[in-house]
Amino acid sequence: MLELHDGSLHVEGILSRWYNDVKDKNFGAFIPFIGIVRDEKGIDGLSFDIYEPILKSWFDEWQERAKQEGAMLLMAHSRGDVKNHTSSYISAVLSPQRKVGLRLINDFVEDFKASAPIWKYDLIDGDRIYAKKRSMPLKGAGLLSEEK
Amino acid sequence: MARIEFLGPIGKKPIEIDINNLKDLKKIFSNDDDIKEWLKICAVAVNDTITKTLDLKIEPNDKISLLPPVCGG
Repeated sequence: MLELHDGSLHVEGILSRWYNDVKDKNFGAFIPFIGIVRDEKGIDGLSFDIYEPILKSWFDEWQERAKQEGAMLLMAHSRGDVKNHTSSYISAVLSPQRKVGLRLINDFVEDFKASAPIWKYDLIDGDRIYAKKRSMPLKGAGLLSEEK
Repeated sequence: MARIEFLGPIGKKPIEIDINNLKDLKKIFSNDDDIKEWLKICAVAVNDTITKTLDLKIEPNDKISLLPPVCGG
């Protein structure tokens, strides 16, 4: 399940809802990862743009991978502005056993960073500045460049 | 006409262009100084699937998206 929210995520509400939705599905492990915006480099917060069609197909592929291991993925992400010390990202894996789940959550979050079509901006003194240095080109980047 | 969308931080409005394939688009963009730097780091999707080939045939109602480097979470 993939959900997008405007602004900061209500962590307690989302985790509680997910837990109640899945607790009777016979998964032995529920492993959440919660991303919290840090107060660093003078930022007031972060802001996000998301391209939903490709995010959804990327997530669906991962859900299929998880399913083949008897697991299930959940993810929530913010759109727009997210203030420091609030959450912009939660993902979780449900799996029959702990080891599969721990491996999956690691691989899933790694690939999320490299492949999910989400753009991050620093919020500094009212400006919204693309976090270009912290961003990763997608696979196949540069296709239309003359230098390629 | 194919529709070209510039996603995320590129900050350019969509355009519509008559092209047969992505090679045509590459040629058109080679004269566009505003977009040149972005092209080096952008991936390209045709109808929401990222492509790695310029030879793909582009149909009149296709959507082409330029995707800059990403950083979710």
